[in-house]
Amino acid sequence: MTTVAETGTAPVLAEIFARHPGAGRDALIPILQDIQDTMGYLSLETIKEVGAHLNLPVSKIYGVATFYNQFRFQALGKYHVQVCRGTACHVKGSQGVLDDIRQILKLEPGVTTADGLFSLEVVACIGACGLAPVIKINDEFHADMTTAKLDRVFKALKKEAKSND
Amino acid sequence: MVAINIDNRPCEAPEGSTIYEAAQLIGITIPTLCHMEGLSPSGACRICVVEVEGMPSLTPACSFPVREGMNIQTHSARVLLARKTIVELLLANHPDDCLYCIRNNNCMLQNLAADLGVRRRRYTGARNEYKEDVSSPSVIRDPEKCILCGKCVRVCEEVQDVSAIDFIDRGSQSHIGTAFDEGLNLSSCINCGQCIVVCPTGALHEHDSLKSVIDAINDPDITVVAQHAPSVSVTIGEEFGLPAGADCDGMMVAALRRLGFDRVFDTSFTADLTIMEEGSELVERIKNGGKLPMLTSCSPGWIKFAEQRYPDFLDNISSCKSPQQMMGAIIKSFFAERENIDPAKIFSVSIMPCTAKKFEAGRHEMTRDGYPDVDVVLTTRELARLIRMRGLDMLALQPEGADTPFGERTTAGKIFGASGGVMEAALRSAYFLLTGSELEDLNVTAVRGLEGCKEAHVKIGDLEVGVAVASGLKNAAALLDQIRAGRDDLHFIEIMTCPGGCIAGGGQPLSTNKQAVTQRMKALYALDASAETRTSHKNEAVQRLYEEYLGSPLSDKSHHLLHTHYTQREVLL
Repeated sequence: MTTVAETGTAPVLAEIFARHPGAGRDALIPILQDIQDTMGYLSLETIKEVGAHLNLPVSKIYGVATFYNQFRFQALGKYHVQVCRGTACHVKGSQGVLDDIRQILKLEPGVTTADGLFSLEVVACIGACGLAPVIKINDEFHADMTTAKLDRVFKALKKEAKSND
Repeated sequence: MVAINIDNRPCEAPEGSTIYEAAQLIGITIPTLCHMEGLSPSGACRICVVEVEGMPSLTPACSFPVREGMNIQTHSARVLLARKTIVELLLANHPDDCLYCIRNNNCMLQNLAADLGVRRRRYTGARNEYKEDVSSPSVIRDPEKCILCGKCVRVCEEVQDVSAIDFIDRGSQSHIGTAFDEGLNLSSCINCGQCIVVCPTGALHEHDSLKSVIDAINDPDITVVAQHAPSVSVTIGEEFGLPAGADCDGMMVAALRRLGFDRVFDTSFTADLTIMEEGSELVERIKNGGKLPMLTSCSPGWIKFAEQRYPDFLDNISSCKSPQQMMGAIIKSFFAERENIDPAKIFSVSIMPCTAKKFEAGRHEMTRDGYPDVDVVLTTRELARLIRMRGLDMLALQPEGADTPFGERTTAGKIFGASGGVMEAALRSAYFLLTGSELEDLNVTAVRGLEGCKEAHVKIGDLEVGVAVASGLKNAAALLDQIRAGRDDLHFIEIMTCPGGCIAGGGQPLSTNKQAVTQRMKALYALDASAETRTSHKNEAVQRLYEEYLGSPLSDKSHHLLHTHYTQREVLL
């Protein structure tokens, strides 16, 4: 598969649209999913293109896309933080974990920090209930989160990012 | 017809009608916050719930069809309690700032809370905080006052085919917004204000411009000039308790003078002038093989719609500025010169049925030599507020006439306020311009009425002219799509943004509904039927303006002052 960095969005979109021949408005969500899989998020530009392709107003597409948690409107950060808000994690205090992260990173769910370092996502159940309350950063799980642990984890990541600069 | 019982009274209702409509037929009003006449039911607000015998739960009257033998209770104790609870829940996250709200005393939510006896706050919900969207020169959105009835979304989509706004996010985060929650000014919003007219609360209102007008009036160095649009005189009475369609022209002019306007002109005068320019342009296009069909340019919502959605039609649009802008241009040129007033010292205010006119007045095309043609636009509603603020009893004022030289109008200009009016006025004068004689019957009834699209073929001399009139942009879009697909029998098309024309504009009294619009339309045609001069080319004041200043229609001077051209616009479509 081609990457956006190599070609720009137009050929990538054309390839996605070609996968949905004769698409009507019922193809909107599959197309948006394909775009996010390929490009990482839904940009204003791509949504405009989808609108033109499916003859749908952009407000409508944005309305549909914001209805579902799965869609993002910003590129993911270098560290993608997923906070589990499933039942087990909830019982073990994941609301506090989420609030802590919002404070530490000054970041709301669905948003990426201006420096592109962190993005925050709330997920329903991550399937690691034994580790509750659990968060996942990129591919790594962090179990039994507490405020002190969160502080350590994010300090370490910030340090790592700085030393890589 | 099906036989049903409503509130223990036997009655009949047409098959397929809803419980809401059936109740209305026998004089029972079921309250609703989201129902819209003529549009698909949404059942969003649940205020209209009624009790239907045999049904386990309450039923929304607005979306449930009647069935033979149905027993319906519209105001039982159970129903009233449910309605009250719904209103209390709606109020749970409402700002409760009625005293400061533009819709205070004119709010469906407030009225309903009062009618249902809501006297204390029983629920307190978490409040979402949203910023007011003040980015548009025409429409202000305050999502905190929104009850998510969705009427604005439906009118924007189903009537205007614009879809600038939609439901964004989900659950308790749901709100009405534009794509990417941008400001309305970046969206495809055409500023028509139909959303304001249907909004049950203060979540949508016009961009208020009263302060700058009051400041100008209070400045002794400034000559403050008013113009009022053709439709305003037959609608403003409703703000003061008169029935729809009462013509208040003279009283309104008197009120404008009392408010301190130095001159009061009638936009119907420049409507006549528009007919001279636009009629001549049409004749020239027909004679010289210009681009056809020609499309009218009076309605600024339609102009923005064309710029963003139908840029391939921009050369079809008449180069004439709208009557508002023509009046603005001649006030700061001819009038300023004649009265020896520095145009910088003239503050030009127009009273319009329209919120899009606020946008139009600020367009860069509408500025000459550093002066905007029109400084500020007030809607009918704003003028009524100003009159009330000054404690004027408008209805008690002795009627007065508008000022010379731009106060004389024919009723051809006056009927611009109704859908089809521009076409009828144009046909009356185009006939004269092409043949040298008058139309035998000046009543072109084929283009009158509230239908969304009206068509006629009119014989002018040897020429058969195809004309069409569309109001409501969904209807206009359908017609333009036909033309894109190759339809070529039309020469001239009138397009008005609001369904029914300016009498149903987004700046009109909130009492606007189909019955009111019908009465307002009747009033305009009644004025026309009883008038002596009914053709724009017979407006002597317009003739004098040509003799003394402009020369002739489409002259260089006319072009400089009265014409413009539009270009494609990039928005979030």
